[in-house]
Amino acid sequence: MQNPQLTNDGELKHLLSIEGLPKRILNQILDTAESFVGVAEREVKKVPLLRGKTVCNLFFENSTRTRTTFEIAAKRLSADVITLNVSTSSQSKGETILDTIDNLTAMHADMFVVRHAQSGAAHMIAKHVAPHISVINAGDGRHAHPTQGLLDVFTIRKYKPEMHNLRVAIVGDVLHSRVARSEIHALTTLGVPEVRVIAPKTLLPQDVEKLGVHVFHDMKEGLKDVDVVMMLRLQNERMAGAMLPSSQEYFKTYGLTPEKLALAKPDAIVMHPGPMNRGVEIDSAVADGSQSVILPQVTYGIAVRMAVMSILAGN
Amino acid sequence: MNLPNAETLFETLTERIKPVIKSNTAIVGIHSGGAWLAERLLPILGKDLKHGILDVSFYRDDFNERGLHSETKPSQIPFDVQDKHILLIDDVFYTGRTIRAAMNELFDYGRPASITLAVLVNRGGRELPIAPQISAFDTELADSQNLQLLRHENGTFYFTLEENT
Repeated sequence: MQNPQLTNDGELKHLLSIEGLPKRILNQILDTAESFVGVAEREVKKVPLLRGKTVCNLFFENSTRTRTTFEIAAKRLSADVITLNVSTSSQSKGETILDTIDNLTAMHADMFVVRHAQSGAAHMIAKHVAPHISVINAGDGRHAHPTQGLLDVFTIRKYKPEMHNLRVAIVGDVLHSRVARSEIHALTTLGVPEVRVIAPKTLLPQDVEKLGVHVFHDMKEGLKDVDVVMMLRLQNERMAGAMLPSSQEYFKTYGLTPEKLALAKPDAIVMHPGPMNRGVEIDSAVADGSQSVILPQVTYGIAVRMAVMSILAGN
Repeated sequence: MNLPNAETLFETLTERIKPVIKSNTAIVGIHSGGAWLAERLLPILGKDLKHGILDVSFYRDDFNERGLHSETKPSQIPFDVQDKHILLIDDVFYTGRTIRAAMNELFDYGRPASITLAVLVNRGGRELPIAPQISAFDTELADSQNLQLLRHENGTFYFTLEENT
């Protein structure tokens, strides 16, 4: 079956999921992002690539970091940007998603950035839109968050350029995490030889090994000799169910403290997609410590999103 | 046309550039040919000279037709452009569109005191009111011809001339 993200020539048309994208395209995005990093350090933090194009950020679900960095990325490419928090607008009056899309298309939108609580929402929109329009998935349900996965591997590549030689651990609520899924696909596609997931059984998908990861339930074993520790946010809303006893209990077992981090390689880096729950999945001493690259992740997120938008607009 | 010897032209270019170098000159090579030339010029003109590289991919005027070049390299301007005399270097001058893009990009780093364009070959065919002040060789090539500067492994230059199909 034809990958819905690619043109007939195999170039990127929409970015919906990292799953199924060839290594060549991931590297093209990362290499292009490298060129955008410097733009933010100049007198004028803008390039004219998307001048005259209109980018619509459609956020059917809350987000601060992702929405803001997409907006900044589009503006630094000189696009006109409209950000709609759809949960508070016409959806509440009963308009369907596709009607919203058609209306924005009638206003000559060129690109949609979509965040939605429903898995597959961005796919559905990509199938619906006219051929000149590109769609970027900015997070759909538990399914995928491809630009987060890309900015995470971009950050890893910046600090640990020898990707084929790395041991990476992803820690926490993998079950509900679209970020984890995108990270795993990005890491394995780029040839990282050992990707571990560390979590209690209740927070792992049933067939998680099929994604090509090594499963650990104990932090002490799982963190041993890793180069990169990627923490996941413990979604507070999960605590209400029977999945976890309490956040204190979780912190004791799976929270990243300086003591647990000491088991990783001495130069290991610590990442977190945000927003952080300090004292739940990560200790402040680690989050603010010298091994943390959590804020550089945010900065690089802009360059990666600029790369994705400019590649899509050019194809 | 007989292809000019790129190494001889490089010597000519170096001699023509020397007199325009001032205390606050910075040289900027356009990726990739211009960057190679700048790299070789630097030890001759003085290693302390401020220098940088431009990749004009984000400023090209044909992005809508051709998309983003797949091998975009980061521009590196590790000095303050403000009030510098910029010596912009490229290998082959043709339509002038690359130079327009390069000047637009340079101004996003600051306001230079002046920009001087030096090229190895001016092949004719300009489409904009932009021309090099310094060139080592002037000729007229047909639009169907593509003159390219290449580099041997030992760093020396040579030209290829191809017919576009």
